[in-house]
Amino acid sequence: MNGFQVVWENRDVFLWGAGNTVSLVLGCLLLSLPLGVLAAVVLTEAAAPLRRLLAELVDLLRCVPFLLLAYVVYYGLPELGLRLDSWWAGLVSLTVYTTAYLAEIFRSAFRAVAKDNIEAAQAFGLSRSLLYRRIILPQVAITAAPMIGNQIITTIRDSALLMIITVQELTFAANFVSANHFTPFAPFAAAVGLYLLLSFLVEAGVRRMERVRMVRYG
Amino acid sequence: MAETVPAIAVRGVCKDFGGFEVLRDIDLDIAPGTTTCILGPSGSGKSTLLRCLNWLDAPSAGSIRIDGEPIGRIGTDKAARPMDRRALAAARTRIGMVFQHFALWPHLTVLGNVTEAPVHVLGRPRREAEAEGRSILARVGLAEKADMYPHTLSGGQKQRVAISRALAMRPRVILFDEPTSALDPEMVGEVLGVIRELAREGLTMVIVTHEMSFARDVADTIVFMEGGCIREVATPHDFFTAPRTDRAKGFILRGSSTPEPPLKKA
Repeated sequence: MNGFQVVWENRDVFLWGAGNTVSLVLGCLLLSLPLGVLAAVVLTEAAAPLRRLLAELVDLLRCVPFLLLAYVVYYGLPELGLRLDSWWAGLVSLTVYTTAYLAEIFRSAFRAVAKDNIEAAQAFGLSRSLLYRRIILPQVAITAAPMIGNQIITTIRDSALLMIITVQELTFAANFVSANHFTPFAPFAAAVGLYLLLSFLVEAGVRRMERVRMVRYG
Repeated sequence: MAETVPAIAVRGVCKDFGGFEVLRDIDLDIAPGTTTCILGPSGSGKSTLLRCLNWLDAPSAGSIRIDGEPIGRIGTDKAARPMDRRALAAARTRIGMVFQHFALWPHLTVLGNVTEAPVHVLGRPRREAEAEGRSILARVGLAEKADMYPHTLSGGQKQRVAISRALAMRPRVILFDEPTSALDPEMVGEVLGVIRELAREGLTMVIVTHEMSFARDVADTIVFMEGGCIREVATPHDFFTAPRTDRAKGFILRGSSTPEPPLKKA
């Protein structure tokens, strides 16, 4: 039997895997985008001890290989009494890791907002929370879109490593099919294709934001 | 005069930046309904004084009252404590500000810039704020630009939007920080024209400017600063025809705050 036929016949396995990859990444973004913003606000605004502590934590997370973090969450935490099933362990590690990177992206994007813009907001009596919600974040959403897009693609790629802690995501599915049918090429190629597709979707989103930027900022 | 509360009362304001004294013991009253132009050479502290009025720069000492209400610090000098952020923000809503480099919010349309603070800070209904915003924009000749983004406008148009943004707050007083200094010469006139119109309507304004003939023409009061101190407060007529201090004389003779390099225009 031809390898691609095998893939077709096991399409439900691939769809299941791709579904898990997508749900993990979406769940991760749903959590890590607001958490990243929050962390960036703390990194920008908070008093020195808290700010430094968080900065160290963010740096630490960015130094840890993702796989190691996933090991700690999945295999390590049960020893401390917190047992998560593999999907949830995957979501937690992906979210923690991505939040660290997003916090840095947002922090530098906050700094790039023109200072006189912020001063004008203060002069017009905008509160701190209005300043972020109405002036800083809408600008950052547009200007940081390419970097956020890159990070999302990185997160999609990192999610493949979760197969090691037995999450049944797309790479896991490809591996499963290839091992059961002794045809490595087609299943992995199909997985590559699906990852590409996901990346294109992200890229399309970034291009859309880029068009918004052109209209508003010239 | 004695009975009216000044729109702005400045008492004993000092400001130093890291040991360098920018303002020394400033006292100043701005009468309601008047236009005050602050003149003086570069580095004389004019912009810093203006920025102290709405606490964008916090004075190192002294007090400022807007319509009799303190801003920035509460209490007398020894027992003074800083206002909390919310009270400061509320106090600032009564002071409009126009910046040298416009400082428009680039992600909002022209109308969005004008209605942002009225809707979100003052809590005015959006529909009402938009109607008022459009009529203010029409007054400064920008009715058709309401739905454009700031980057599509010329410098003069941006500054007129910035003035509209300040007007939309119905402030007690508007501060202008060198409103024409960042403009190409051919756009200076349109912005000064708008300010002139506002002066005629009796708005209280404090304007830091280098435009001497404009100041002479539009101001009720000239404040001349030099070396972080107010050297003269006079009517434009008195100031320009009979300055009391030698420094003011020299300044008027030079005809500009920044001594131009010789032969530049020759």
